[in-house]
Amino acid sequence: MSSVEQRLESLPPIRRDLLRPLVVTTATYWLALAAAFAGTVVGIACYVVQYRQGLGVTSLHNPVYWGIYIIDFVFFIGISHAGTLISAILRVSQAEWRRAITRSAEFITVLVLGFGAIQPIIDLGRPDRMLNILFFAHMRSPLLWDVVSITVYFTASTVYLYLPMLPDLAIIRDSGIKWPGLYRVLALGFPNPDDDSERARRLRHRLERVIGRMAIAVIPVAISVHTIIGFIFALTLRPGWHSTIFGPYFVVGAIYSGIAALFISMFLIRKNFHLEHYLRDIHFEYLGRLFLVMTCLWLYFTGAEYLTAFYGHEVAEMRSFWDKFTGAFAVPFWAMVATCFVIPFVLMVRRRTRTPGGCAIAGVAVVIGMWLERYNIVVVTGVNPRLEAIGHASYAPSLFEWGIALGTLSGFITVYLVAAKLFPMVSIWEVEEGLATSEAEVADRIGTYLPKEVQP
Amino acid sequence: MDRARYGMVIDLERCTGCGACETACAQENNIPPSTPEEAAQGRTKSWMKILVQSEGEMPDVEVSYLPRPCMQCDNPPCTRVCPVHATYLSAETGIVGQLYGRCIGCRYCANACPYGVKYFNWQRPQWPQPMEEMLNPDVAVRYKGVIEKCTFCHHRLQLARDQAAFEGRDQVRESDYQPACSEVCPTRAITFGDLDNPLHEVHRAAQDPRAFRLMEDLGTQPKVIYLRKGK
Repeated sequence: MSSVEQRLESLPPIRRDLLRPLVVTTATYWLALAAAFAGTVVGIACYVVQYRQGLGVTSLHNPVYWGIYIIDFVFFIGISHAGTLISAILRVSQAEWRRAITRSAEFITVLVLGFGAIQPIIDLGRPDRMLNILFFAHMRSPLLWDVVSITVYFTASTVYLYLPMLPDLAIIRDSGIKWPGLYRVLALGFPNPDDDSERARRLRHRLERVIGRMAIAVIPVAISVHTIIGFIFALTLRPGWHSTIFGPYFVVGAIYSGIAALFISMFLIRKNFHLEHYLRDIHFEYLGRLFLVMTCLWLYFTGAEYLTAFYGHEVAEMRSFWDKFTGAFAVPFWAMVATCFVIPFVLMVRRRTRTPGGCAIAGVAVVIGMWLERYNIVVVTGVNPRLEAIGHASYAPSLFEWGIALGTLSGFITVYLVAAKLFPMVSIWEVEEGLATSEAEVADRIGTYLPKEVQP
Repeated sequence: MDRARYGMVIDLERCTGCGACETACAQENNIPPSTPEEAAQGRTKSWMKILVQSEGEMPDVEVSYLPRPCMQCDNPPCTRVCPVHATYLSAETGIVGQLYGRCIGCRYCANACPYGVKYFNWQRPQWPQPMEEMLNPDVAVRYKGVIEKCTFCHHRLQLARDQAAFEGRDQVRESDYQPACSEVCPTRAITFGDLDNPLHEVHRAAQDPRAFRLMEDLGTQPKVIYLRKGK
């Protein structure tokens, strides 16, 4: 047994379980990392070709000006709503069961956000002039609002991931199981949760106050991000996009796909890192109920969206409407309905299938379905311009576009896998704190809910 | 400098769909001819484009042509969405301009324009050999990755202003500044000038009872006015 493993085994059981993935690496992990890295390299190679030859290597044309890159932009930024938003809502509402799941969710947010944010840059005809957005900023353009809101969101969610990780980083630093130099820097001198000095208690108290405030602050920021992405489409005059419902519709879709991605990641972390005692069935069961609410909200918004278009029966609107319901895009449209509603609803509505496995299947379905939803929004309106005489177009992404899409997804998986080797994916101190104090706190809190003064 | 609101009246009764305006426009504005592959991909560029619509079944068919330049809207949806001010409405001339040197190629303006007049350079432009040496020196050649569109040949306005200044006049005459399409139209279907100037023919033509504008209900206020086919 190596000295690192000896040090790991000497830790208290919770720390030992949650820190083991940092030092013990399985063959499956290396295989997954290699595959994800290979996919990333393919994506980078495709982009190098596109950078040299221009957007001609895509299948985009007039009037389908936007394609896979913009779909992926909306999709990945949507996934990023998993973390920060879910975790903030659970923290603010003092849901005790959040403790084990917030960390992996927050990591999804921070890591996927960058991959979403580079999509519009990949989509630019002149990426070399990207900084013109700062030099000649035109604040009336929704694209500029987006640059602002995504920048704020990225900063806020990175801080919101990092601050609650400080006590864990201190634990790793003091345990000496991995790269002491790195964790000494990262922990910023924060005291170990075992430290019972006056200073340590004061710092912990301050940290919890700051986390509480950050949790409130990131909620409106997260909502603004996907509202504005909806506005990018809605504020044009294109039929199928020009809709007041798009802001909230996009926010709901984003949270929905975010929880779906969270299910997949929770399932894989639980299974591969053997954390069944930490990410328990009850976590999937509770999150599954929230997921069911989002499933119904998705149907509600989608129904409202298409009923409005159908009832108004504007000629330009109806072209893309029929294209989706019975025409050239019927397959992606009905596949979206199946994966965004039928499959998750059937699985989540019954307690018997609200299991980790059921949640993971529903998560995969919804991730696919939400990608299809963005495909149906971006492409179907693209091929149906308002001025019919321009003609009906078609769009099938080129190999380069698929390659870059693969590279983006693989890139995210790569960094997520690397992060899982550097940081505990379940918050150690929050689980410990939950065991130590929350039982009493919750009992006290329940006491305040009930009518004490009334005599029976 | 005096202000003008340049606009165009296109009489659909006179238009024969001959395509002279398209050709003259391409020649004047250095628009390369499309290769067969580009055409198959839907990547042809035509700042002035004749949209064809046919109604009825053979043999009783009614074909109508609609020459479509940039509408040069007074309330353009494209300029609002551009993140870098690369497309703008000139207060001096009413022309919607494009800054090729600043455009980042996001194609948001192309999506915002309901008339489909914005063209993107998917590839580096190429001309067949002898044509490459016969480009119009007054018009910039656009490189790959930027948006371009009809500008009412505003380089001709520049020349007309220079000429007027040289001759000591303070005003550009109607005949001094005509875009290539209106100049070349064999049936004189296209009238061009300052819509606000009562002395210009276009001012009178715009008052015609047959006048309408494309998708007027969108509120874009185009300065290209069509005259409905008569009878």
